[in-house]
Amino acid sequence: MAHATATTAPGQDVWNGGASPMGASYGKLMMWFFLLSDAFTFSGLLVTYGFVRSAHPSFTGLADAFTFSHAYWPIPEKVFEAVPFFHGFSAPLVFVGIMTFILIMSSVTMVLAVEAGHRMDRKAVEKWMLWTILGGITFLSCQAWEWTHFIVGTDTPTAFKDFVNGAWVTKTVTGANLHVNQYGPQDFADFFFFITGFHGFHVFSGVLLNFLIYYNTVTGVYQRRGHYEMVEKVGLYWHFVDLVWVFVFTFFYLV
Amino acid sequence: MAHHSEEQEIAVLPPDKEKIKKLWTVAGILGALTAVEFLIAFTMHHGAAKTTIFVIMTIIKAGYIVGEFMHLKYEVKVLFWSIMVPIAFIAWMLVAFLYEGFQLSDINFINF
Repeated sequence: MAHATATTAPGQDVWNGGASPMGASYGKLMMWFFLLSDAFTFSGLLVTYGFVRSAHPSFTGLADAFTFSHAYWPIPEKVFEAVPFFHGFSAPLVFVGIMTFILIMSSVTMVLAVEAGHRMDRKAVEKWMLWTILGGITFLSCQAWEWTHFIVGTDTPTAFKDFVNGAWVTKTVTGANLHVNQYGPQDFADFFFFITGFHGFHVFSGVLLNFLIYYNTVTGVYQRRGHYEMVEKVGLYWHFVDLVWVFVFTFFYLV
Repeated sequence: MAHHSEEQEIAVLPPDKEKIKKLWTVAGILGALTAVEFLIAFTMHHGAAKTTIFVIMTIIKAGYIVGEFMHLKYEVKVLFWSIMVPIAFIAWMLVAFLYEGFQLSDINFINF
């Protein structure tokens, strides 16, 4: 649905009604403001991560000499180095890189669906929506694998010293959950679950919305309506999910 | 729901080749920037310089996604600034919390 930019008769104020001052429909505008508030939520999570991380000492030795310990924050590339079907083979960040690539690609297919919608090309919208849904499901599957690997842990457990009932005891820990974490301070595991989990849930709802759009396209709802603006609105949401991942990738995995 | 026996014929416009080419270019840039980030992750030592490069590259990537994919660059100025100005709060939150975090690490109460 093409919205002309706000124009009014000479001498008329654009905010007096009858015109669309922001040149966008109500629904599209509200999607933008929802995404802005969502950006604040994610920033809250990521900034808190930065706060807690900077309050912890960082590992100062050589990267090769790195071992898991509660004394310092772990180097992410030493934690996330596993790839499916390559057990025991160290490939730092490769799997996360693949996930990033998948999400960027699904963002491209989404924007191509929007472009097809502008042209009223129903067949092309169907095709690109299917690719987008496929990308989303692939990403979620990758994340499921990564979570499983993170929770189950490495082959060799980590020994930690813990202060229990007034005495130091050594505990061996494998994997991580909300109570124990073999990779480093407990906060690291908690943030992993909260940040990637919250993002993953966004991807999940995005896939559901994308499927709804696909269904409505196939049944001809938008054809009868005369425009494909819903594709555009859900597209905004989907791109936002990709945008958040760009930040998670940098601040959780790279830095 | 009433079934429309005769759906109006709606003219399908041909693909806008220029626009599609531009979208793929943006996708290429995003992919290339991610690849470079990957390269830097393994060739540079951890430190302030590396973090700064990552932050700048992430902001560039975010700019492409929001500006081109989400089309914000081409929206009316009022809409553009309505979205961009509140981001200043996030920047402030980041600065304030990181400053606080580094102060805490100096006290180092976590490892008593």
